[in-house]
Amino acid sequence: MSKMHLKLKVNGEEKELLAEPRELLIHVLRERLDITGPHIGCETSHCGACTLEMNGKSVKSCTVFAAQANGAEITTIEGLAEPGTMNVLQNAFREHHGLQCGFCTPGMITRAHRLLQEIPNPTEEEVRHGMAGNLCRCTGYQNIVKSILAAASEMNAAKEAAE
Amino acid sequence: MIPAMFEYHRPADVKSAVSLLQEHGDEARVLAGGHSLIPMMKLRMAAVEHLVDIQDIEELRESKVSGDTVHIGAMVTQHELINNASLAKAAPLIREASLQIADPQVRYVGTIGGNVANGDPANDMPGLMQCLDATYALSGPSGERTVKAREFYESAFMTACEDDEILTSIAFPATTAGFAYEKQKRKIGDYATAAAAVLITMGGKTCTAASIAMTNLSDTPVWSEAAGAALVGTNCGDADIAAAVAAALNDTDPTEDSRGPVEFKRHVAGVIVRRAIERALSRA
Repeated sequence: MSKMHLKLKVNGEEKELLAEPRELLIHVLRERLDITGPHIGCETSHCGACTLEMNGKSVKSCTVFAAQANGAEITTIEGLAEPGTMNVLQNAFREHHGLQCGFCTPGMITRAHRLLQEIPNPTEEEVRHGMAGNLCRCTGYQNIVKSILAAASEMNAAKEAAE
Repeated sequence: MIPAMFEYHRPADVKSAVSLLQEHGDEARVLAGGHSLIPMMKLRMAAVEHLVDIQDIEELRESKVSGDTVHIGAMVTQHELINNASLAKAAPLIREASLQIADPQVRYVGTIGGNVANGDPANDMPGLMQCLDATYALSGPSGERTVKAREFYESAFMTACEDDEILTSIAFPATTAGFAYEKQKRKIGDYATAAAAVLITMGGKTCTAASIAMTNLSDTPVWSEAAGAALVGTNCGDADIAAAVAAALNDTDPTEDSRGPVEFKRHVAGVIVRRAIERALSRA
């Protein structure tokens, strides 16, 4: 079977490569494009460690063929802030102890980023429901929820100040 | 986990998709959101030589409410079903059930067409569609035909959809009936141990119509005509609900698996059907 010529826009940069249709998006990103922020946890679409944003949707990239992503715009944790800096969510996770070992964190933050685009001022219940596709085996979620709520209020305060 | 080799196709319209299916027969599979099919391919439990990705077929993404009929394109995602206000108004049951499917990431890509066409008795939409008395539109080499959801499912993963047909859209009557979708699952993202969809219409104190369907309690979804009939003409008192629950359970045929033994599943089903009836009644 022949390889396919794929074009992806990853974190604002155009990428072109040849891939077999059966290659999963997570493998192409990590092994071919050296984008290792999205992690492989369960590889069975349960844990959410491989979460990234594809055309404005949070997806689990272990359950997407790279061929399906041909022509898509993709944002990973690497694309959320300039290298060497942290965005509001990343800071909030640090401030509120929203991570321990850090393995789930790129998926958590990338998912939370999309959640706050859709629901800028979420209730705790909305955060828990919106983050239900991401598993953490260290912190027990309390601090993750706290971090996301803190990031939301900081972003809202900044928005108000700007208006 | 890497699937076996396959050839990837991305047709731009239904006609091209159907001709690909016609050409490759049972070696081809349609790919919608992929969150049932891709895991099966990774486990090498599904052998697919030709994968027909229908994401570029725009007409499959349309949904509308025209008059008393709701039309939903096969590629409409669960995320869209949750967030579409006119659908939520015409069929609040769909929104309630969609919120209980899998997790947010899966709902962004999981489609209604994939969910109903896959034929997995654990999927939530088939029972829901039977409850709503939906009709599926199928496109094949000789044109379009329709099949009732209540006649579509033959056994696990076996449906009335032929190898060279694509399920393109779903239609069902808009409803203002009292509704409920109740689902018992072990954890977020799991399939139902038991789930029930209920629609109840009351005329004064008397039930004038009732439809009850269940998920993952047989090798197909179960629409229990007898359970609905047990409520119609009654005031849905405690004894009437008990009779409906008993009739519903009588139509199930659960098997033992990781979600529990048969006796447990029947017990859970009884609790879930009763809760769904009571909640639908409270909204009727």
